Amino acid sequence: MASTTLSVHQKALRSTVVKKAVMAVTGLVLIAFLLMHMFGNLKIFIGPEAYNDYAEFLKQDLLAPILPHGWFIWIFRAVLLVCLVLHVYCAIVLWLASVEGRGKTKYVRKNRKEQTISSRVMRWGGITLFLLLVFHIMMFTTGTITPGWSGGLIEPYDMFMGAFSNWWVVLIYVVFMVVVCMHVRHGFWSAFTTLGANVGAQARVVLNVLAYFAAALLLVGFLLPPVAVLFGMVN
Amino acid sequence: MKITLKVWRQAEGEAQGSMETYQLDSVAEEMSFLEMLDMLNEQLTAQDIEPVAFDSDCREGICGMCGIVINGSPHGRYESPVPTTTCQLHMRNFHDGDVVEIEPWRAGAFPVIKDLVVDRTALDRIVAAGGYISVNTGSAPEAHSTPAPKLQADRAFDAATCIGCGACVAACPNGSGMLFTSAKVTHLANLPQGQPERRRRVKAMIAAHDANGFGGCQNIGECASVCPKQIPLESIAQLNRDLIASLFRADGKSA
Repeated sequence: MASTTLSVHQKALRSTVVKKAVMAVTGLVLIAFLLMHMFGNLKIFIGPEAYNDYAEFLKQDLLAPILPHGWFIWIFRAVLLVCLVLHVYCAIVLWLASVEGRGKTKYVRKNRKEQTISSRVMRWGGITLFLLLVFHIMMFTTGTITPGWSGGLIEPYDMFMGAFSNWWVVLIYVVFMVVVCMHVRHGFWSAFTTLGANVGAQARVVLNVLAYFAAALLLVGFLLPPVAVLFGMVN
Repeated sequence: MKITLKVWRQAEGEAQGSMETYQLDSVAEEMSFLEMLDMLNEQLTAQDIEPVAFDSDCREGICGMCGIVINGSPHGRYESPVPTTTCQLHMRNFHDGDVVEIEPWRAGAFPVIKDLVVDRTALDRIVAAGGYISVNTGSAPEAHSTPAPKLQADRAFDAATCIGCGACVAACPNGSGMLFTSAKVTHLANLPQGQPERRRRVKAMIAAHDANGFGGCQNIGECASVCPKQIPLESIAQLNRDLIASLFRADGKSA
């Protein structure tokens, strides 16, 4: 076994705590992305031009002329993809460690005192939101699934209006966002704690309040535009 | 009062066990939980049934030897108004006719030896990896020669109250020993005497933690809520800070 020859430093580098730290950093990057994405979506309320121009700007002009036109979006996607891959990889390794940690025999009776629902559905919730993320990308990024418009990628505003005039698409996104926000609720607090920010009982309260705030902000911010479109309040 | 007990019975050397039901007819509310188990064992012995094996020693809540899961909660914390060890839980917290389920700590790192007795030497192996300071033995040094700031001294003392019972591992949905490990790390990291080995200690102890079959921490908080000594959850954040910082500092030559 190679593991017997590892130095203490190398073992520590491969420890569960470091994997958690990687999950924390990548998770916080993804939360920052979600907040930006949510804010951008609200431009649907300003009008087609504002929304389409913003989408175009993200893809073509952001950081230009530092970067050539059209480069930013690919760097951005690459960073997100790396974060996602690292996050999921560490989650899988930690999940396996946790299965070993729990042991083979289960409690006949469990009476948990402290846990929240969000904290206990991090893994299955993570899988659910990964699948919904694939669905989301197949709709708006690749134009493979096109409910409400006829094929391929069209103007972002038209895709948005078309998709969310279907009640079932809105319903899927409500589920999507509830899962995302539960994941963020525990993940936000957990990420900061893993990085050492939980310095005392008050810090724990502050971090949890911030976590609820971030999750609620995302939930409301992300669901406002689709629901408004469904009920014809955007035109 | 009458109590129906459902107790995990597992013969020594067996991988599997099952819950067996026993009746106790005259449990006094003044009895501690372990005295109630003693009563059960006297009854079982008289009936020529093998008594239930369970760990206990000081019976005053300071040794960390006792520890069973009562009604799904380590040390019966769910039944108790205050943080408690099993020996300090009293039958007055139960009612006539209650059904009480008793199980051993269940964790990958704690194999069951017999009935309610588990092997907790995995915790000793974590301590052996670095939960100490290296000093020469001899007469105690003058205490005033190494001043410890009050805040750090308090934190160290609070963490040092950990009795190593393993309730945190038993309560954790991941079978993680992080609260235990972090209590040891916090204890020594806050004292001047712990500084020379601080970085190496945290690395060695987390390596031992992971190597002994404990799971990772998800910051759920079950551990701290059942801890009889109220080791705070922020101990884990202290461990995380120390570990992350230690990765960016060089060690000396390894022995």
